[in-house]
Amino acid sequence: MLGLNGKDFRLFLIVCVMALAAPILLNPFPVDGALAQFNAGYPALMQAFAIFGILAIGFNILFGLTGYLSFGHAAFLGAGSYAAVWMYKLFNYNVIFAIPASIIVAGLLSVLIGYVSLRRSGIYFSILTLAFAQMMYAIAYSDLLGRFFGTPITNGETGLQVYNSDPQFLLAEGGLAEPHLFTLNLNNLTKIQFGGWEFTFEVGYYLCAIFLILSFYLSIRIFRSPFGMMLRAVKSNQNRMNYTGLDSKPYMLAAFVISGLYAGLAGGLMAAMDPLTGGERMFWTASGEIVLMSILGGAGTLIGPVLGAGAIKYMEKIVSALNDNILHGWFAWMPDGMENVAVAILHPFVGKGWHLTLGSVFMLVVIFLPGGIVEGGQRIGRLFGRKGATQTPTDATTTPAE
Amino acid sequence: MGILEVKGVNKRFGGLQALGDVNLSVEEGTVHAIIGPNGAGKSTLLNVLVGKLIPDSGSVMFDGQSVLGRKPFEINQMGISRVFQTPEIFADLTVMENIMIPCFAKRDGAFRMHAIESVGHEKGIIEQAEQMLADVNMLEKHEMVASSLSRGDKRRLEMAMCLVQDPKLLLLDEPTAGMARADTENTINLLKEIRTQRGITMAIIEHDMNVVFSLAERITVLAQGTPLVEDVPEKIKGHPKVREAYLGEAQV
Repeated sequence: MLGLNGKDFRLFLIVCVMALAAPILLNPFPVDGALAQFNAGYPALMQAFAIFGILAIGFNILFGLTGYLSFGHAAFLGAGSYAAVWMYKLFNYNVIFAIPASIIVAGLLSVLIGYVSLRRSGIYFSILTLAFAQMMYAIAYSDLLGRFFGTPITNGETGLQVYNSDPQFLLAEGGLAEPHLFTLNLNNLTKIQFGGWEFTFEVGYYLCAIFLILSFYLSIRIFRSPFGMMLRAVKSNQNRMNYTGLDSKPYMLAAFVISGLYAGLAGGLMAAMDPLTGGERMFWTASGEIVLMSILGGAGTLIGPVLGAGAIKYMEKIVSALNDNILHGWFAWMPDGMENVAVAILHPFVGKGWHLTLGSVFMLVVIFLPGGIVEGGQRIGRLFGRKGATQTPTDATTTPAE
Repeated sequence: MGILEVKGVNKRFGGLQALGDVNLSVEEGTVHAIIGPNGAGKSTLLNVLVGKLIPDSGSVMFDGQSVLGRKPFEINQMGISRVFQTPEIFADLTVMENIMIPCFAKRDGAFRMHAIESVGHEKGIIEQAEQMLADVNMLEKHEMVASSLSRGDKRRLEMAMCLVQDPKLLLLDEPTAGMARADTENTINLLKEIRTQRGITMAIIEHDMNVVFSLAERITVLAQGTPLVEDVPEKIKGHPKVREAYLGEAQV
């Protein structure tokens, strides 16, 4: 179906259902229940799942297939966001201008950075991409371009946003002043009550979800194509590849640019959800987060990066929202002394300390499940005697982080 | 006029004359061995042939075109395939994929952006690869990951990867180096099979005299970077200059 084999098509269907039914699936707990804080089905978080999912899928085409670890992918994300906001400023809030613009700008930037960085491999490639991304960050944060042209381009620390004085040539009188798709406001949402549950369906999320599905579909096609096979050949043995009559350079550059395009799309969607952006989107920690997502979920697998992105964003939003009061509530059944001890132990891991949780989980995964969450799933699947999900070499081989 | 013509090739590494005025002609349809004691310049010559090194002077013509200054992948596209001393294969990929990659390289050239087509739909390539695997008796192993193959099978796979491209010249760099006796015999038989079935022109760089004399139709002896003699195996065996070169080395 759709040019996919049976197994891939099933995986694709699962992703479609998960993406489209996310507002329901991610809200399993009643609104008034004690566990409601673990519900993830609210628009901002679901958007983050989809957007970072797209970002990680694209990153995985580079890192998972070729093994080249780019440490500067946030540069493309940021460039995409800036391009989108500029489209709002120049034309109007219709994302039909913004999103293609962000993809194109990120694509051009990735051709440039990729061309230079791919002259080296291994750690030197990583360092080059990191250096480029930090340069982009510095340029954006100090608005170097703006100073050169005499008008704000990235608007420095303030960040780029739309002002009333902007031209907005295509904005009709009284036109919509929020991101929209042909006047369909992306912030529109419908809440549906169902018993104790409440589900929120937002236009913006569904835009992200559709792009996530398309991105995922394209990624399956790339994984299963001769081109994808060549990328795995790059990772496996570049020497043999060159002596087999294949020029590895353009394959690498193509993979780099494809992942840059994905990052640009993600950046454009971020600006579509919230029409402003800033230099911090390009900071190296943002690049590092993409790497973490990919490895946590399972680099080189189809679904892994999406799961990794979801896991990290979930922890970021949910674990950081926990605090001592909530912990005391959980451990109220213990004797007082023990309750305080338990809270004291968990205290560093919640709230602002959510990074500690992330770090611990990451360490455990890398040590015990080098294939990431996907490997965990496969092991559980095998425990229950399910065959199948273990066979095909492409998505089942665990590819430990380089 | 041979398919491979090396004329007056010189290569210096600092004070060392690695290759001095090397002339060599490999006739189409023959197995040509290049032998010589350690340090004779065999590997340097091979690296010149595959584009890894550029000589200081001289010319290397393959099939009427110069190979000098071309990259390894371009030289392969001209029709030269290379087998390495230790098998160079795509260890993380399956045997089938290992064979399909050279098929794609042969059909589509050095680069093609076939990112949407499915590998599973490439019927022609799949048939070609399966035929090749059947020819080297590895068809039943097609789903195995190449790194899990035995050493002999890795060598066999690498040969198959070269052969499936139907090269005009197959370069072999000490194909039996470090092999046990049985493996060496197997490799010799494999090469003989290839020779009789496909008639591929081969140039072998080899240390092991047993291998050389059971395969080669012509032999060039290299010593200190210069060809000493070139002749048929029977003449080489008792040649005084060859003895001198090898025994001379042994006495040092």
